[in-house]
Amino acid sequence: MYQYDEIDQRLVEERAAQFRGQVARRLAGEITEDEFKPLRLQNGVYMQLHAYMLRIAIPYGFLTSRRLRRLAHIARTYDKGYGHLSTRQNIQFNWIKLVDVPDILDELADVQMHSIQTSGNCIRNTTADAYAGVARDEIEDPRPWCELIRQWSTFHPEFAFLPRKFKIAVTGAPDEDRAAVRFHDIGLRILENAEGQRGFEVIVGGGLGRTPLVGEVIHEFLPQASLISYLEAILRVYNLFGRRDNKFKARIKILVDALGAAEFKRLVDEEWALIKDSAIDVTEEELERIRRYFIPAAYEELPSSDARLASFSLGKDRAFGQWVRNNTRHHKVPGYTIVTIAVKAPGQPPGDLTHEQMDALADLSERYTQGRLVVTHAQNLVLPDVKTEDLPALHAELLPLGLATANAGKLTDIICCPGLDYCTLANATSIPIAEAISARFDDVDYLNDIGDVSLKMSGCINACGHHHIGNIGVLGIDKRGEEFYQLMLGGAPGNDAAIGKILGPAFAKHEIVDAVDRVIQRYLTLRESPDEPFIDALRRVGLEPFKEAAYPDAKKDKRPAASARAASATTVAAPETQGT
Amino acid sequence: MLIIQDRAIVDDSFTHLDDDTPIPSAGDVTVTLSRLQSERERLAQHTGRVGVRLKSDQLPTDVAAELPLLDLIMVEFPKFTDGRGYTTGRLLRDRYGYQGELRAFGHVLRDQLFYMARCGYTSFVMAPGRSLESALEAFNDFSQSYQAAADERRPLFRRIAR
Ligand code: SF4
Repeated sequence: MYQYDEIDQRLVEERAAQFRGQVARRLAGEITEDEFKPLRLQNGVYMQLHAYMLRIAIPYGFLTSRRLRRLAHIARTYDKGYGHLSTRQNIQFNWIKLVDVPDILDELADVQMHSIQTSGNCIRNTTADAYAGVARDEIEDPRPWCELIRQWSTFHPEFAFLPRKFKIAVTGAPDEDRAAVRFHDIGLRILENAEGQRGFEVIVGGGLGRTPLVGEVIHEFLPQASLISYLEAILRVYNLFGRRDNKFKARIKILVDALGAAEFKRLVDEEWALIKDSAIDVTEEELERIRRYFIPAAYEELPSSDARLASFSLGKDRAFGQWVRNNTRHHKVPGYTIVTIAVKAPGQPPGDLTHEQMDALADLSERYTQGRLVVTHAQNLVLPDVKTEDLPALHAELLPLGLATANAGKLTDIICCPGLDYCTLANATSIPIAEAISARFDDVDYLNDIGDVSLKMSGCINACGHHHIGNIGVLGIDKRGEEFYQLMLGGAPGNDAAIGKILGPAFAKHEIVDAVDRVIQRYLTLRESPDEPFIDALRRVGLEPFKEAAYPDAKKDKRPAASARAASATTVAAPETQGT
Repeated sequence: MLIIQDRAIVDDSFTHLDDDTPIPSAGDVTVTLSRLQSERERLAQHTGRVGVRLKSDQLPTDVAAELPLLDLIMVEFPKFTDGRGYTTGRLLRDRYGYQGELRAFGHVLRDQLFYMARCGYTSFVMAPGRSLESALEAFNDFSQSYQAAADERRPLFRRIAR
């Protein structure tokens, strides 16, 4: 884990002091709300339906027990006792008073945390593969690069007022993209060439929101040492030429789309030619300095535990077996296992943790996983370094905390935005629908039979719940003042990146859970074998059978659905989208 | 009018001419880019200092050829959320080697000054009604910076052994 030196520390303290001054000037009326807004946003403070929301950065999702305890303390002291894990591997508190924010920032700075650039039109928290550093299929730990990007982008004077927000994700696992790099403003994939050299595949202009687009590769193999100059070239082109007249057209994806990837690349290369090989690129010493913080701590020398893990999953204790099967992953170090804690208990809003759970998890992480935890973009937590032999004990301790739900990667492991319960932009509730789906598919055996399938839900077309890249996507829309839900199928975030397709007319609130159920039933009857996952079956047979299942009464009606247009005509006024 | 220049509050010596006002025989003046281009000969002979005012969508390349003539470049920030001027500043300094006064005007607020200064701006016309004294404090908001910029060509790790 990266540790601040005194310079890093001083900067976050100075930032907290700066914001304290800004809040004081706002409260004294010296600056208008319009002028204050970008300042508070760049410190993660959003105006919500009922209160302010504070989003705290968890760089590339990595937490320590000490930091988690501090978050528990903040939840208890300044909020209503819980926090919400976001799809950008951050944590949000929904019931914050503006006057408390400077104190909270001081409390965060004390444990090397901050809320810098967690919103606003600037470079946001860089995200990474949640299994970074421990995944077996990884060729290089992406976190040192994320930290390098964090430092480069923090208070970058040229890019603090971009046309729109800007998100970067990095993965070091070429075969399985768990960071959705093709749906970021910039996605970076660490690759190795035939000569054994490392480079980045640079993907630009992906994104969700109202114009979902898969990113385009503009550099197939960027030498790693040139990363910063290349990023700076991309950002510079975007800052000068990204649209500023319409915020719905201001993301870099619109610029890349309008110019075409080849022309965009040409502009970037032209700029890059003038700044590459200059002092801005990282030195080998600096990279080594950062890398030292990510050298894995003491692993014991243990024999392989793969067979043990397999036997656990088939053992007598069914609940434990299911949990091992669904919530663990092979670790790159023999004898260790990666554990996912699904923060998706039935009846709970996805990603919500109480302060008691946070404290308990901090405690567990110290006893089982060297005090380390990771927030995933699926709004779960990962314990990266658990000894396989400790799994039964860990599971037993998670049970009473309500954190042993065995549904990681399954239908009820839902990603969901705050929706109408918190968000001023929402057209529809999302959390209660997620809860209803969880309740409907509560049976673990049934869930396992259904197998791996992702369900993602957003309360409006801003898509904070990433519904376009769910195998099943649900989008809340407004139809004459009523909450309706559009169902889309086929989205995928990874190496097989795809944007889901709308199935047909939107469903009323009381119909949507049944519709999801019918889609699942149809999958169960048409799959070739239990080993054929939902997404594969869908790709094989196409949308039609699912459409028939979802709209049983409309079998004869061959008219095309009108709801796609209905959805894009939905209007949204204010810019403070929240879920990411 | 009072402005901030080199971190001090001073009186602006320039007269900012619109395109219809005749150029006076002496004194410091600024003009728009189009006027600079159309009346270059005349301005080159001007006895006072000469500056240009750029809109936020006018690029450094548009003015690069005129740099030898210029003592002042003013870049407009029509809204403080319009960040193009930051890149303009850096390019004028880093790429075109402009050494004269670089001034931000328009919707310029205290909390941008630190970033603007890093991008090469040396003077600032604050938005109406803003305290210049209070704005001066903003230059010291942060004691260090990670990145290279116009004010410091080396990133932190090339300046300090960490
Ligand atoms: S803006 Fe984001 S969080 Fe709010 S309802 Fe829309 S998708 Fe959900």
